[in-house]
Amino acid sequence: MKKIFLLLTTAAILTSCGGGQKANKNNAETGVVKIDGSSTVYPVSEAVAEDFRETQPDINVTVGESGTGGGFKKFSRNEIDISDASRPITSTEIDACTKAGINFIELPIAFDGLAVVVSKQNTFIDHLTVAELKKLWEPAAQGTIKTWDQIRSSFPKEPIKLYGAGTASGTYDYFTEAICGKKGASRGDYTASEDDNVLVKGVSGDKSGLAYFGLAYYEQNQDKLKLIPIDGGNGPVFPSQETVGNGTYQPLSRPMFIYINSKSLERKEVAAFAKYYTENAGRLAKDIGYVPLNVDEYKLVQDRLAKKVTGTVFVDGKSTVGMKMADLLKIESGK
Amino acid sequence: MNNARKNEIKDNAFKVFALVCTSVGLLVLGLLLYNIISVGLTRINWDFITNLPSRRPGKAGIYTALLGMIWVVTLTLVISFPIGIGAGVYLEEYGAKNRFAKFIEINIANLAGVPSIIYGILGLELFGRLLSLGNSILAASLTLSLLVLPIVIVATREAVKSVPNSLREASIGLGATRWQTISRIVLPASFGSILTGLILAVSRAVGETAPLIVVGALVYVPFAPKSPLDQFTVLPIQIFNWTSRPQSGFVVNAAAAIIILLLFVFILNGIAVFLRNRHNRRVKY
Repeated sequence: MKKIFLLLTTAAILTSCGGGQKANKNNAETGVVKIDGSSTVYPVSEAVAEDFRETQPDINVTVGESGTGGGFKKFSRNEIDISDASRPITSTEIDACTKAGINFIELPIAFDGLAVVVSKQNTFIDHLTVAELKKLWEPAAQGTIKTWDQIRSSFPKEPIKLYGAGTASGTYDYFTEAICGKKGASRGDYTASEDDNVLVKGVSGDKSGLAYFGLAYYEQNQDKLKLIPIDGGNGPVFPSQETVGNGTYQPLSRPMFIYINSKSLERKEVAAFAKYYTENAGRLAKDIGYVPLNVDEYKLVQDRLAKKVTGTVFVDGKSTVGMKMADLLKIESGK
Repeated sequence: MNNARKNEIKDNAFKVFALVCTSVGLLVLGLLLYNIISVGLTRINWDFITNLPSRRPGKAGIYTALLGMIWVVTLTLVISFPIGIGAGVYLEEYGAKNRFAKFIEINIANLAGVPSIIYGILGLELFGRLLSLGNSILAASLTLSLLVLPIVIVATREAVKSVPNSLREASIGLGATRWQTISRIVLPASFGSILTGLILAVSRAVGETAPLIVVGALVYVPFAPKSPLDQFTVLPIQIFNWTSRPQSGFVVNAAAAIIILLLFVFILNGIAVFLRNRHNRRVKY
């Protein structure tokens, strides 16, 4: 019996070791870059890491997705080099970093548009204003706004069914702040999920439903969904690469950031990766379905990295809602 | 209608009821398997198993996730089985049957029911931070070991308990020591049932995601782990990540990865069942 036990365990160990020796044949410069944070930014970091590997195969870049808040927690404990964030760092998180003696460099890397969509079968909604969205989603709407004719009198008297982000997601934070004016202010009687694919499934089969989620999820499911243009004061605008990029789709486009530990940046592998990130984020963001900044803006971002400008431009929790990319970068570059 | 007839109807009714109960489980499993296999089977090829993770669904593979899982599960086995079997044997063969023993017994049973995420939090603080193992394979394996220990202990106890006392008495009567009796008589006789417990433990460890996420398993790991202190990812986490991506290609990938995971569990269980059957045939008492 003992023999069988030994055989089993050694066999298992051997197989795992055998596989393990496959990687890392060359002994060129090596190193590890650790990234964690927002699951929205995750695909960008993954793509950058994947392509970076082709130019620097011996630098191992790992990416996790603990969420923006979870990422900052690890960042302030010195556990990671780069934190992915779908919102700016908060003052509490800055305090935690200061206490641990961590300085950070804040770099915007792309924009994400939030799409408001209904089912293909829905014929009556042609556009919505921000005020109407607020009436639909604000906390006071819970239990009182139940049929579409309450939103606009020309809409039919059909029951409203809503699908939206779960409370733990950065999308929820952003949408509630942009539409209802306060982070986390939302009605609670809607179908919530952190998984946007669940929302896509839900709303596509629901004639009187409405949902919001990342633009990439609309683009991948165009055959099932109808995109609603949003009127932020200057007429209805559809979200697209162009309108999110030039800031006309407001207020539902949000910037995404990476935060780099400036002490980590002294390591060669981190510096090389960060440089590669700012040079390639635009191309890769587009690949994934996000909206890149424009070329000049990436220049400013690269400048900021080269000069190692530390600190955030969003002091005192200043909101990113309604901020155009150009404005954002003017602040970023200190002009 | 006489009594015999009534009883016969009751008898048949229960039989049908039991049959329905069985088919509910099988039906759900069948639907699930059909759904996954119809979506994912065509995606499985050698490249899928040997490729690194990628942003392109067609190029993405599960190499590092699969290796990470093998590492984690193997280490978990190596850590938890000796401890679990040792504890089980002690409680059954050496431990006094008093109030304290009862207390321990109840606690072990309770531990088996603690939500796995709680083990994750414990593992993060104890192994990840206090022992500064970080989000390494070792930290994850130690955490999963805690998780499966109660199962291993309970299974070992039951197995040892089922060995007839006459065997022990005969052994001791022939002048064997306690240890000789345990190692040559009791453990070999109960080996089959212990293995059943181990099957359950391994199957649970393979599918666990929540505690690993808490301990800090990553999603994108482009290298195969080389030592227990390396960072890692595992298949369930890769699947979880793929199902939440917008591109439909990733959903196909997820289905394919689920098939591989099922296969992995199936093979593990198969090995254990095979060993148990072979062993049970040899042991006669």
